[in-house]
Amino acid sequence: MAIFINESTKVIVQGMTGSEGSKHTGRMLKSGTKVVGGVTPGKGGQSVEIEGVSLPVFNTVAEAMAATGANASVVFVPPKFAKAAVLDAIDSGIELCVVITEGIPVHDSAAFYAHAVAKGTTRLIGPNCPGLISPGKSNIGIIPSDITGAGRIGLVSKSGTLTYQMMYELRDFGFSTAVGIGGDPIIGTTHIDCLRAFQDDPDTDAIVMIGEIGGDAEERAAAFIGEYVTKPVVGYVAGFTAPEGKTMGHAGAIVSGSSGTAAAKQSALEAVGVKVGKTPSETAALMRAILSNAK
Amino acid sequence: MDLFEYQARDLFESHGVPVLGGAVAFTPEEAEKAAASMGGRVVVKAQVKVGGRGKAGGVKLAESPADAKEKAAAILGMDIKGHTVHKVMIAQAAPIESEYYLAILLDRANRNFLVMASVAGGMEIEEVAHTSPEKLARIGIDPNVGITKEKAREIISGGQFPSDVAGQVEDVLLKLWAAFVAEDATLMEINPLVKTSDGKVVALDGKVTLDDNAGFRHPNHEALVDHDAANPLEAAAKEKNLNYVKLDGQVGIIGNGAGLVMSTLDVVAYAGEKYGVKPANFLDIGGGASAQVMADGLSIILGDPDVRSVFVNVFGGITACDAVANGIVQALQILGDKATKPIVVRLDGNNVLEGRRILNEAAHPLVQQLDTMDGAAAKAAELAAK
Repeated sequence: MAIFINESTKVIVQGMTGSEGSKHTGRMLKSGTKVVGGVTPGKGGQSVEIEGVSLPVFNTVAEAMAATGANASVVFVPPKFAKAAVLDAIDSGIELCVVITEGIPVHDSAAFYAHAVAKGTTRLIGPNCPGLISPGKSNIGIIPSDITGAGRIGLVSKSGTLTYQMMYELRDFGFSTAVGIGGDPIIGTTHIDCLRAFQDDPDTDAIVMIGEIGGDAEERAAAFIGEYVTKPVVGYVAGFTAPEGKTMGHAGAIVSGSSGTAAAKQSALEAVGVKVGKTPSETAALMRAILSNAK
Repeated sequence: MDLFEYQARDLFESHGVPVLGGAVAFTPEEAEKAAASMGGRVVVKAQVKVGGRGKAGGVKLAESPADAKEKAAAILGMDIKGHTVHKVMIAQAAPIESEYYLAILLDRANRNFLVMASVAGGMEIEEVAHTSPEKLARIGIDPNVGITKEKAREIISGGQFPSDVAGQVEDVLLKLWAAFVAEDATLMEINPLVKTSDGKVVALDGKVTLDDNAGFRHPNHEALVDHDAANPLEAAAKEKNLNYVKLDGQVGIIGNGAGLVMSTLDVVAYAGEKYGVKPANFLDIGGGASAQVMADGLSIILGDPDVRSVFVNVFGGITACDAVANGIVQALQILGDKATKPIVVRLDGNNVLEGRRILNEAAHPLVQQLDTMDGAAAKAAELAAK
């Protein structure tokens, strides 16, 4: 088991014929993901050879699903066309749509998120995220597959490279699933969604939650942990030393005033029993201690 | 991108949101001219992107064009909370009967848009929200439906607007929503929205934030960028499309991915406590950084006179470590003798062995490699202390 994806997940790549799309399709195939085709409007009927596999291209997600049995899509479409691509995925009723694209206008994300909620059939992950990986089973997005193997830690993070760093720190334990939910102001799947799924996943023993300064997602996640999560959770929040009022890259990562600071997030998490590390290595050490005691 | 008040006023006007006359002036003479063309009393308002300018003396009533010139001379060049006043807005003065509050904004928690409305405008709305939350209506907006006439009426009733202005406020709401969508805004706030003594509802002051991600469909937004404000290093970084923020320390930081770079700032700040040094900047070279991007980033950081050492912290995901290593080598070739500061490099992830090999082979005297993020941060902090 794993969360959201498993070894039988069949993936189509929206934007597969673009340079990013084809590069990462190759990497996903190499890591064992069942990529079964791609979608590029206007290029339906063609096929593309990637990593020795001939992949059919379709005009719409619905056509791709009908022909291949795909149940997940991953979006590498440039920002200008991303909204149309995601709406196509939602309208087709596909179970999972992972939006890697960075730089999508927030009005577009708000529109497709609301549409996904109204339709109720598609889980969105992202946008502006690295995707998710269940090592050895499936890898949807751009997370490197060779950092670590399968294990019993679940990981949820806003940030891509911090996800990789934490997987690397705990590579001797391995992960059930690692989910990069993205740092945009509006994202489809939240810390809370992942915490719930990890709590319910029999193959996950403990959870690492990585947050960032700005917003109150971590505080809300802390409240949820208090109510629902009984598995051990270790937390990390990037930006303890960030000066106030500076925007640092992710739209989410802004500190202004007292709310949204790393310290506020840390105390919210600690209040519900989450151990919070001050650095990635300290966070990994906290998780290591928990898992070693459990053995 | 946050707009100045005069830019917000112009944007409102272009979308039919009622405003009073207003013009921007960079000199006392321009202020005088603008006041003369408006006639009557005017308000001279400092244009800074920070609150509390009224208390700081940045807003003054002027009785005549000559008075406006004098007031503008006093306000221009003022320092308001660290912001120098480079321009003033000359605004028509109006007798005010009531002050209201109206805002449309992105609601991250609920992942939609939110309208906030209150008849208790004019003062700090945070204060109203805190002390009398029943006076502030908060109504969620479905992005795919928007503010309809029905929704506008719900907002007006929730915000307890009196019936004599209901029609005008409804009109403002519909036009403000249209502007919010058309301009890809994440915030449009009118505070105060006023009723003048002749019964007209107008936006007296506005705050607007536009979504930088939507720039591709708004070529006209480029003209709204405030080039005065940017630090020269930040401006140079922006030209190279680098995500750079100048900070006040001594250890230059380059990394890939906003989260990892922020984490690097933390680790360096902790390591630097011992030596009294701090991170000098935030620089994210992004996901698919090429050798050229690395070279651009390193050039900017080495050009910062405050920087005494540099820490390059990369975990190769899409970014391959060999490209990063090549970028460092190339940057040092381009910089030649100008590169005088020690560079600590920590590479891990995609193609790490090749990356480390390239740096070892180049054997540049300024570059040293460490295996862990903590170890490299400690070394960079130590080098900055010297």
